[in-house]
Amino acid sequence: MRRVVVTGLGMVSPLGCGVEPTWKRILDGQSGARRIESFDVSDLQTKIGCTVVRGDGTNDTFNPDIWMEPKDQRKVDDFIIFGMAAAGQALDDANWHPETEEDKCATGTMIGSGIGGLNGIAETAVLLKERGPRRVSPFFIPGRLINLASGYVSIKHGLKGPNHSVVTACSTGAHAVGDAARLIALGDADVMVAGGAESPIGRIGIAGFNAARALSTAFNETPEKASRPYDKDRDGFVMGEGAGVLVLEELEHAKRRGAKIYAEVIGYGLSGDAYHITSPSPDGDGGFRSMAAALKRAGLTASDLDYINAHGTSTPLGDEIELGAVERLLGNAASKVAMSSTKSSTGHLLGAAGAIEAIFAILAIRDNVVPPTINLDNPSVETAIDLVPHQAKKREVNVALSNSFGFGGTNASVIFRRLVH
Amino acid sequence: MSEIGERVKKIVVEHLGVEPEKVVDAASFIDDLGADSLDTVELVMAFEEEFGCEIPDDAAETILTVGDATKFLEKNAKS
Repeated sequence: MRRVVVTGLGMVSPLGCGVEPTWKRILDGQSGARRIESFDVSDLQTKIGCTVVRGDGTNDTFNPDIWMEPKDQRKVDDFIIFGMAAAGQALDDANWHPETEEDKCATGTMIGSGIGGLNGIAETAVLLKERGPRRVSPFFIPGRLINLASGYVSIKHGLKGPNHSVVTACSTGAHAVGDAARLIALGDADVMVAGGAESPIGRIGIAGFNAARALSTAFNETPEKASRPYDKDRDGFVMGEGAGVLVLEELEHAKRRGAKIYAEVIGYGLSGDAYHITSPSPDGDGGFRSMAAALKRAGLTASDLDYINAHGTSTPLGDEIELGAVERLLGNAASKVAMSSTKSSTGHLLGAAGAIEAIFAILAIRDNVVPPTINLDNPSVETAIDLVPHQAKKREVNVALSNSFGFGGTNASVIFRRLVH
Repeated sequence: MSEIGERVKKIVVEHLGVEPEKVVDAASFIDDLGADSLDTVELVMAFEEEFGCEIPDDAAETILTVGDATKFLEKNAKS
C-alpha cells in the first residue's frame, strides 16, 4: 500500500481561528469555555459552551467573511462555514492549489460532521409551523446536509476527486482522517482534504444533550473549570464548535513537489461496542480493540507509543473506561506513555473532535511536547500513565495515537509517526 | 427608479451579493447577476415577504429580470 503523510493543517476552534493560535493557548493551559451569550439559556441546565469567538479576524477571532461570501453564509449552518475556513487554511498550509485537470481529479474531500445543521433544522421547523411551507428556503436542505461541508470545499477549490463524508457522531473526525488516508493508500486519490466540522451549540442541541445527561451542569458560574477529564469532580462534557481539516497526501507526491511533511499516518483501527446507544461498554473492549487494530496496522507494539490524545470527554463513565482500556493495551509500558485530553481546553467538538485532536497529536510530534489535561486537580483513579495535569511537558514524541469514540458504540484510533525515510 | 424599484434593488443586492450599480432594470438574475435556479426561488420568496403578496409559480417563471420584478410588484404589491 502507498504511504500517506500529512502536509497541511487548518482549524477553527474555541481557542481561536487557526492551528497555531489554538495550539499556543492549549500549551498555555487555557480554556475555551465561556458563558453562552448568543441565545437564551435561562431555562437550560447547561449555560456554558466552548464557543468560537466571532470578530473581524484580529486577535485570532473568527471572521467568516474571509472564508465564505456573506450571501452564501446565509444559506448554510455554521459547521459548513467552519469547514470552509479550516479547509482553506489547510490547503494554504500545504501550498496545494490544484490547477490542472489531472491534479484536480487526484484531490478529494472527506469532511464529516456528527450532527450537521441542527440549528437550521430547528429554526426551519418553527418557520414551517408558524408560517407554512411556502416560507421554507430552497437552501434549507443543501445548507443542512452533512456532506455539504465537503461539497462546498470541493466546489470552491475545484477538487474533483472523491467527494465523501463521514457521520459517526464523536468519532467522525478520526474516521474521516483514517478513511481518507485509506483512499490515498489504495490509489483512489493522491491528496485528500479530510476532517470534521460541527456547530451544535444552540437551544435544541443543549436541551438534547442535557436530556441524555451528557453535559456538565455544575460549573455554569466557572465555565473554565467545567471540562475536567479524569478529575473526581467531572460531571459531563462541555459542548464545543469549530472544525479541523488535514491535507493528507501520498508520500512520493508530497516529496516530488517539495511539500512540508508533518508526520505519516501509519495506523488506523475501527471497532464497534455492540453494547448501548450512548454508554460505552463498561469493559472498554471496543476502545481497546480499536487501538489494538491501529497498532497492528502500524506494525507497532504498545510500547512504541509516546503520546495518546485521549477521547477523554469529562463524563463520569467514559473517562475511566477509556483509561482502563489504555492500561490494558499498554501493560508494563504504561509508565512511559503520556496521555492527555485536550478536550479539557477545547471542550468536545463532537464530529470535529477527532480531526482537531489528530492535529494536536501531530503537533505533539512536531514540537516534542505533550499538551496538558487542565483542571485535573484530583484524579478519580490512580494510574501509572502520565495524564499530564495542568501543564504541558517537553518530551520526545515520535509516535502519537488519537482516540475517538462515538454514540452508537463506534470507535476509531489513528496513529501518526514522525516521518522516517 | 420608483419606490418599489428601490426596494426590489435592495433585496437583489442583499441576496445575490452584487454591486448595486449592476442592478438595473434590464439585468437578468441568472445571466447578469450570477444567480442560480435556487437563488431565483429564494428571491421570489423575499419579494413575497417584502411586498406582502403571493407570487404564483407561473408568474414567478416570467420574472427573469430586475425590471420584470418591479413591474409585477408595482401591480401586485400589498405593502
